[in-house]
Amino acid sequence: MSSIEWAKKPARKISAPVGSGVDALRDWWAVQRGPVRWTVYLLLIVAAFLLPHEDLGTFMSPHSDWQSLLFYPIGGYILLAIGLNVVVGQAGLLDLGYVAFFAVGGYTMAVLGKQFGWSFWEIITVGVVLAALSGVLLGAPTLRLRGDYLAIVTLGFGEIIRIVATNTESIGGPNGVAGIPHPPNLTDWEFPDNAFFQALDLEGLKPFTYGALDTRPYYYLMLLAIIGTIVFAKRLEHSRVGRSWAAIREDEDAAELMGVPTFKFKLAAFAIGAAFGGLAGVLYGAQATSIIPKDFPFILSATILAAVVLGGSGNIPGVMVGAFLIAWIPERVRGVGEYRILVFGAALVIMMALRPEGLLPSRQRRAELKEGTGGMGSLGAEVGGPGGADVEVEVAK
Amino acid sequence: MFNDFLTQFWPATVDGLSLGAIYALLALGYTMVYGVLRLINFAHSEIFMIGTFASLAVVNLFGFSGVGGFTLVGVVLVLAVAGGLASGASAVALEFLAYRPLRRKGASRLAALISAIGASLFLQQLFARVLIPWWFDVPKDKGALPLQGHFVERADVFAIGDFVVRNDKLIVFLGAVIMMVALDQFVNRTKLGRGIRATAQDPETSVLMGVNIDRIVTATFAIGGAMAGVAAALYMMRFEETDYFVGFLLGIKAFTAAVLGGIGNLRGALVGGMVLGLIEMYGSVLLGTEWQHVVAFTVLVLVLMFRPTGILGESLQQARV
Repeated sequence: MSSIEWAKKPARKISAPVGSGVDALRDWWAVQRGPVRWTVYLLLIVAAFLLPHEDLGTFMSPHSDWQSLLFYPIGGYILLAIGLNVVVGQAGLLDLGYVAFFAVGGYTMAVLGKQFGWSFWEIITVGVVLAALSGVLLGAPTLRLRGDYLAIVTLGFGEIIRIVATNTESIGGPNGVAGIPHPPNLTDWEFPDNAFFQALDLEGLKPFTYGALDTRPYYYLMLLAIIGTIVFAKRLEHSRVGRSWAAIREDEDAAELMGVPTFKFKLAAFAIGAAFGGLAGVLYGAQATSIIPKDFPFILSATILAAVVLGGSGNIPGVMVGAFLIAWIPERVRGVGEYRILVFGAALVIMMALRPEGLLPSRQRRAELKEGTGGMGSLGAEVGGPGGADVEVEVAK
Repeated sequence: MFNDFLTQFWPATVDGLSLGAIYALLALGYTMVYGVLRLINFAHSEIFMIGTFASLAVVNLFGFSGVGGFTLVGVVLVLAVAGGLASGASAVALEFLAYRPLRRKGASRLAALISAIGASLFLQQLFARVLIPWWFDVPKDKGALPLQGHFVERADVFAIGDFVVRNDKLIVFLGAVIMMVALDQFVNRTKLGRGIRATAQDPETSVLMGVNIDRIVTATFAIGGAMAGVAAALYMMRFEETDYFVGFLLGIKAFTAAVLGGIGNLRGALVGGMVLGLIEMYGSVLLGTEWQHVVAFTVLVLVLMFRPTGILGESLQQARV
């Protein structure tokens, strides 16, 4: 389809005031070398480690327990968003049933832990592998579909998993599974009770003892999982796999013509995304000790997708910020009580109208948006529009 | 199990067709918006929900009760007008507030989908928390509970074999078919309909030919919304109950129906809706009602695997109509 002159609007400044300070920071970051970067990474990890501090909690969540909030939803959403970002942000496949993999992980933990007596550390590998397998199972027949067809099939898959769990009595039916064992303790070592650790609110904390009361050890487990997945996803992004994903996302036909085995890489994206979702599910199951099918509704898939898009699809720090905000804001504004989902819905609409590329978009994405192609195909009429044609060629440069 | 199927074949067929008719009418909205904008209008299910409440309000206002025979047809017409107006107007408002700003910015379709999900949540909660308690005089914390309004006197109209067809099921089916034929004629014969088809086929060229895209998009949302409103009126007559969440599953099913028939294809929506309704009912007879939804989604996956463009193929944009 030839793009025509009126569709080429003068390049606008896309980032509103929100963006300019952040842009400066990102420009600074882009030129930094190893030592500075490692220092920043270390500082961030230390900050994340100290996050459960009570004083912070009174400000961040006056209405509910900050420490358990940090584990789930905040930590859980971040992990899920990083996983979904592999599928949606990097490979450009629209997945509306991501919660299915979260459920697979959760149920693996529940069934193997309770009915077979496996330990958490064994289950975590099995759960991740099973979730990845279910990603392959779902992907193999459906990944030949494109765009919205894939979206609706994944949505259907998410619903199927939930309904099957509700209807299968051997895994508890609608009542789910209760009494899932906690992970076994690694050591009972605790932080010494002195002034220094008291100031950090860490005194007496046993970081490797997984009980029912203190959620901080689970939060640290989640933190470790998040850091691991970030490293993994980041390494993938800069590898041959990541470049193939980007090519598929931008133009699948062109990628195929250039010799990228698109189906194979799309399947890989699905499997890896699913594995992250499964990991989140296992962790969630181990802490929650009981899960029911209703923990895995469609709206959770939508929420995670909203987190990815809100934060800036394709950019890991962006999706983490998005996931944090989406998990945290509804808890923070519990003061407005019953109206919080109402506010959340309105906020999504307004946010998309003001900054459709997300809070921290990936640089590549932003460039696409400036060209008016929008990455995943633009919405209607005014811009270089949705095409019936299979191959779109930009002619009038 | 198979004997059950044989004895319940006709009842299941009738139920399937009357359920499928509602899917089909709802699928029209998805299919038209998708045809023109390539957007899954996720909030369409809430447009339907608004229609059900408009119908309910009319029922309460006039105090209909025990309506049967030809009076019922008249009452349904009144409800359909009310539902159609309410839903059509809210669909246009939705487009104006949630989608138009994004179109102007050339945002990605993913962003539009998120906006749609946000709008959907907002509308659901608006009804559950604010409008229902205020409008129907329900205690504030009971806004999420289903509301009922009985007004239909059910009667048997005629028999197929030893199974009798009830009046409400018949009206649902006929109503949907009539609306469908009317819409098909409208899109094929009028100037506005031609504009819709042209835009679906190639937005840029149609602008060059003098089509006002914004007007076409507004018209598409108005028509799709009105169809959802009619579906809502028929739904209220058939089930006489609604709540703020009523559209969610119906909406997903209707989108499934649209894909099943071939998205962007108006006749496909009718076929897809009916086929989906029948499959669901047969499936629930064979496997038990708790598997009804699983059957529907499994069929969807299978159809897409072997015939990705749906039963009748995508066609609003290919000048086949």
